[in-house]
Amino acid sequence: MISQGNQAMTTPAAVVSAESFLRLEQVSKVYPTKKGPFTVLTDITLDIQAGEFICVIGHSGCGKTTLLNMVSGFVRPTTGEVRLKGQPIKEPGPDRMVVFQNYALLPWLTAAENVYLAVDAVWPKKSRPQKMAIVREHLAMVGLAEAANRYPAQLSGGMKQRVAIARALAIRPEILILDEPFGALDAITKEELQEELLSIWQKHRCTVLMITHDIDEALFLADRLVMMTNGPAAKIGEIMTIPFPRPRDRERILEDPTYYQLRNDALDFLYRRYHLDEEAE
Amino acid sequence: MAVASVRRNGNANPLLKFLRQQGADFYLPIIGVIGFLVVWQILSSIKILSLPGPIQVFADERSRYLIFHPFYYNSPLDQGLARQTLISLTRVAQGYGLAAIVGITLGILVGTSKALNKSLDPIFQFLRMVAPLAWVPISLAALRQNEPAAIFVIFITSIWPILINTAVGVREIPQDYKNVSRVLRLSKKTFFLKILLPSALPYIFTGLRIAIGLAWLAIIAAEIVMSGVAGIGFFIWDAYQQNYVTEIIVAVVYIGAIGLILDRLVGFLQSKIAPANR
Ligand SMILES: Nc1ncnc2c1ncn2[C@@H]1O[C@H](COP(=O)(O)OP(=O)(O)OP(=O)(O)O)[C@@H](O)[C@H]1O
Ligand SMILES: [Mg+2]
Repeated sequence: MISQGNQAMTTPAAVVSAESFLRLEQVSKVYPTKKGPFTVLTDITLDIQAGEFICVIGHSGCGKTTLLNMVSGFVRPTTGEVRLKGQPIKEPGPDRMVVFQNYALLPWLTAAENVYLAVDAVWPKKSRPQKMAIVREHLAMVGLAEAANRYPAQLSGGMKQRVAIARALAIRPEILILDEPFGALDAITKEELQEELLSIWQKHRCTVLMITHDIDEALFLADRLVMMTNGPAAKIGEIMTIPFPRPRDRERILEDPTYYQLRNDALDFLYRRYHLDEEAE
Repeated sequence: MAVASVRRNGNANPLLKFLRQQGADFYLPIIGVIGFLVVWQILSSIKILSLPGPIQVFADERSRYLIFHPFYYNSPLDQGLARQTLISLTRVAQGYGLAAIVGITLGILVGTSKALNKSLDPIFQFLRMVAPLAWVPISLAALRQNEPAAIFVIFITSIWPILINTAVGVREIPQDYKNVSRVLRLSKKTFFLKILLPSALPYIFTGLRIAIGLAWLAIIAAEIVMSGVAGIGFFIWDAYQQNYVTEIIVAVVYIGAIGLILDRLVGFLQSKIAPANR
């Protein structure tokens, strides 16, 4: 689906061997506003390996969504470059599927039709029964086989989020981008969905970029946790490697002293060094 | 609604309960209508209104004939009110149908293109303020024949709400849905059928519903001015010329009833095709 033109456009820098799967290089984002240019992000350099699970955390408004939008292609960096397998990202595409903050399901389509729309867009040549099978498989995977023919208005928040995840996974993206997917859910549904997401990711091994506000969530899910400094002109403050072996078990992690060490470090970063009320730095 | 309320009060006699509950919906409007007729009758009896009252309308030989013979036919300009109404309705169907097709198409174009919107919106806003009657001489001058001119007047009166509402509907497609379309790289056709149209449909129907009322108003106005064409509007004009006021009153009842039915019809389609709760 990526346009052929990209091949010819490959810059010399991108040809360098051993470039990581996804690379954000010296990326900044400046929005022109009425009060003059507003720098949201500066000096972001990040290398992500294929199959990694990355969480991004930071205070509200620091630019997390902006950062992920530059990977999905909805936002172009002001300076620097985001490259996927050496190719600069120019526009959104189904290889970088997004689970949007408010589900973004089409209300006039049933759960199954919402997923089908994506499957049909990505594999127009597949036969209808084949596409239907993919839809059913992925709805079953998120535990929604029964609700396939219901409209979004008839689904709970958790179920809607499941449909959105099924829609995203059904098209086999190389990168799955989730913007605070579980923020609006109750604690139990949230833990259920975290576990489902993890086991699905274990099976498919796509690369995941996920924004969260929840340190425990990040520690349970991520390989690495990217912690952003406060805006404006936010940077990557620290990248925490989360060493727990996989498959992860929530109880076992909670018994691990490392967990509390990491948790304290993250809390310390967010609430002492980069408390919202204080001056950054 | 009705079924649900019957089921909820399943005890006692459901039919009686239903009647008691729905009763207010039945008898209050009837009381209202009767009250209106009584006041009208009194006002015309004590000569405050120089119009005939409802009793006179029923008693008068000519209007009574009209009431009980809606389908009589003597000549194109002398036929039953149901027939006259049907002729007017055919014109409305043509003008309104054309307005719907052109209005929705143009509305989608204008809603999709910022440049087109900026350049055409002032003209639309200007033209939509022109009253139906003002279009009559223009359309007669332009088309030179009564029949196409009448249809054009309906068309030009009813197109604006359809066009403007459709354009708003297209412009108001939520960013989320557009993002879904971008990330999936939906084809133009799929975007149109699966996102644009369903998203704009409630707005389109709002426009269609306003427009059907305007179209019906316009045809009456057009027929009154374009003498010599059969139709309920010309019937009124003709009756006025001959001072048959009771006949006019019967015709006015027809006009009101048809307008109401047309409005409800489009409202019904709206509730079927684009329910508001989704
Ligand atoms: N199109 C835009 N024009 C101007 N400023 C913008 C634009 N988009 C975002 N911003 C600003 O950029 C900053 C970062 O926004 P962003 O949505 O990325 O934050 P966030 O970290 O995702 O916040 P939250 O946690 O609340 O979702 C905010 O201050 C926002 O006001
Ligand atoms: Mg955000």
